[in-house]
Amino acid sequence: MQKFDTLRSKLIPLPHNNIDTDQIIPARYLKVTDKSGLAEGLFTDWRYEDDGSPKEDFVLNDDRYQEANILLAGDNFGCGSSREHAPWALVGWGVQAVVSTSFADIFKSNALKNGLLPVVVDEETHQSLFDLTEEAPDAEVHIDLGAQEMTLPDGSTVEFPVDAFAKSCLLAGVDQLGYIQSFDEHITSYEQERAIFG
Amino acid sequence: MTQARTLFEKVWDQHVIVQEKASPAVLYIDLHLIHEVTSPQAFTGLRQRGLKVRRPDRTVATMDHSTPTTPLSVPMLDTQAASQLSMLEENCQEFGIELHKLGSKKQGIVHVIGPEMGLVQPGMTIVCGDSHTATHGAFGTLAFGIGTSEVEHVLATQSLLQHKPKTYEVRIDGQLARGVSAKDIILALLSKIGVHGGTGHVFEYTGSAIRGLSMEERMTVCNMSIEGGARAGMVAPDETTYEYLAGREFAPQGDEWDQAVARWKDLPTDEGATYDNSVTLDTSDLAPMITYGTNPGLGMQVTERIPDPDKLPNVNERQALEKALNYMALKPGQPLLDHPVDVVFIGSCTNSRISDLRLAAGLIKDRKVAEGVRMLVVPGSQSVKRQAEAEGLDEVFKNAGAEWREAGCSMCIAMNGDQLEPGQYAVSTSNRNFEGRQGKGGRTFLASPLTAAATAINGRITDARSMLQ
Ligand code: SF4
Repeated sequence: MQKFDTLRSKLIPLPHNNIDTDQIIPARYLKVTDKSGLAEGLFTDWRYEDDGSPKEDFVLNDDRYQEANILLAGDNFGCGSSREHAPWALVGWGVQAVVSTSFADIFKSNALKNGLLPVVVDEETHQSLFDLTEEAPDAEVHIDLGAQEMTLPDGSTVEFPVDAFAKSCLLAGVDQLGYIQSFDEHITSYEQERAIFG
Repeated sequence: MTQARTLFEKVWDQHVIVQEKASPAVLYIDLHLIHEVTSPQAFTGLRQRGLKVRRPDRTVATMDHSTPTTPLSVPMLDTQAASQLSMLEENCQEFGIELHKLGSKKQGIVHVIGPEMGLVQPGMTIVCGDSHTATHGAFGTLAFGIGTSEVEHVLATQSLLQHKPKTYEVRIDGQLARGVSAKDIILALLSKIGVHGGTGHVFEYTGSAIRGLSMEERMTVCNMSIEGGARAGMVAPDETTYEYLAGREFAPQGDEWDQAVARWKDLPTDEGATYDNSVTLDTSDLAPMITYGTNPGLGMQVTERIPDPDKLPNVNERQALEKALNYMALKPGQPLLDHPVDVVFIGSCTNSRISDLRLAAGLIKDRKVAEGVRMLVVPGSQSVKRQAEAEGLDEVFKNAGAEWREAGCSMCIAMNGDQLEPGQYAVSTSNRNFEGRQGKGGRTFLASPLTAAATAINGRITDARSMLQ
């Protein structure tokens, strides 16, 4: 897994609530058998006209954000399907953190397993970040996972919560399977005990 | 005396293998269901790490999402979908997993076949790389959807890392009026709590209305828990559960059955146990529900008018509703009754079981699908299909002018060519009305099988109660 410690970037504003994983990556892109090439499908129905040309008013088509890595999205980001293709597509495009007031449970869990950091902020901060993208769209914020802190262009900082276990995995760039495997003996004895009653 | 616990807490406690401080629990998984779309990368991961599937005997696979629902004799033109299917077959062969592949007698939607084979039993933990795994909670199991990385974890270790979710009692009391069904209960709940009211929680559905539902109806309710943000929704097992399970292929038999039932009887929430959150719903004044927006929480009674975004207090909600109505090409204050539709879809893991088909067929019998309307009926499994055919339901649908298909997810997710054209309106018994969910540019109204059938006959959104004698 991609390691995550700090990140400096502009914020890509996408102010819709309840952005579901069908929008992030429509089902017709799920016929792949690997993880590559999904960036093409990212927000594709919002991003492209029917003839395949880019929709000019969609934020991901804005030259300003081509190198940006932080998506600023509306409430309840990533609801709907459990498809891990959603974080794969976001990461494939270059998104490394998503800032919102809340995330759907499965999306959050999937994101954390792919080096994609969900940053939860309160409503007031959320609104001020959207204001920032209007007033100073080129301004950058800095995310420090170790300190669980986001620094805004005016130097002020915002703390954000991260689950301690996921944080240590992200900082080290290790996935979670190793941790489960370290309990192999426990799993075996659990299976033996449970076998008595099915 | 031990502390009073909820159904969820009992199942959770029994499956925690390890709980270290400040870490998620290592949770044992009793049954892992897999399908072609969310598993290939997990098997690749196993191979790269040189791992085996720890418990192939607790893993069951089917093909459902990208499968055609045309007869098997029609060649599959989608080479990408075909390669996904053959990859699942190779993976199952290599790792020793039982696969119900296309054309086999037990194939079907993963959340339909598990229960019908008796694989799903009270007290179990069940996962699948699919968010509607919540369906299985109808049996008093803790069942939830996982991502592909987690599919790999479960394949390798039969365990999963999980933080303990909070509990949420959804109490539903009252009688269901004629023409009102389980689908209307869950759509009404979602319109009340919204699409993230349950985030971080596991629902437990309680109350007299839930007790009165059949297992298939309970599955319909639990299925859409995820649409309220809850990864799982559970119903305590009772006589209805045992009656459904008794005699099914993988259900315990003889003495083992008696012992199992005795264990299951300990599962219901103890008196005095408390939940972190709760909501109540009275079904007495419930009417058939329909969605008008682009998430399942945007629903109303079929006789109501579309709400006005300007009247919403919260600016975010206002914008969200405006965006939804814009996509749907609908106006505030507009009624949906008599709104024309192009397609009616009866199917999906929400409403494709035999009782759903019986309800729809009962209304359609001796009637015709309206001119210009395409009606697709897709049974949830080959077993449901056989049963329906034995009862002559296929003839009812075909005589009315509907298409009778092979089992699969079909137009619920539109991966297999069964899809809406841009701009088309559909009444669908599935669970998601997201933009483009049933085909790019397609517009979905979610409703019950009865509403869908009545709408198909009139070609316009109909209150099914007006057609029931
Ligand atoms: S029927 Fe629809 S919701 Fe159910 S498993 Fe298939 S695609 Fe998912």
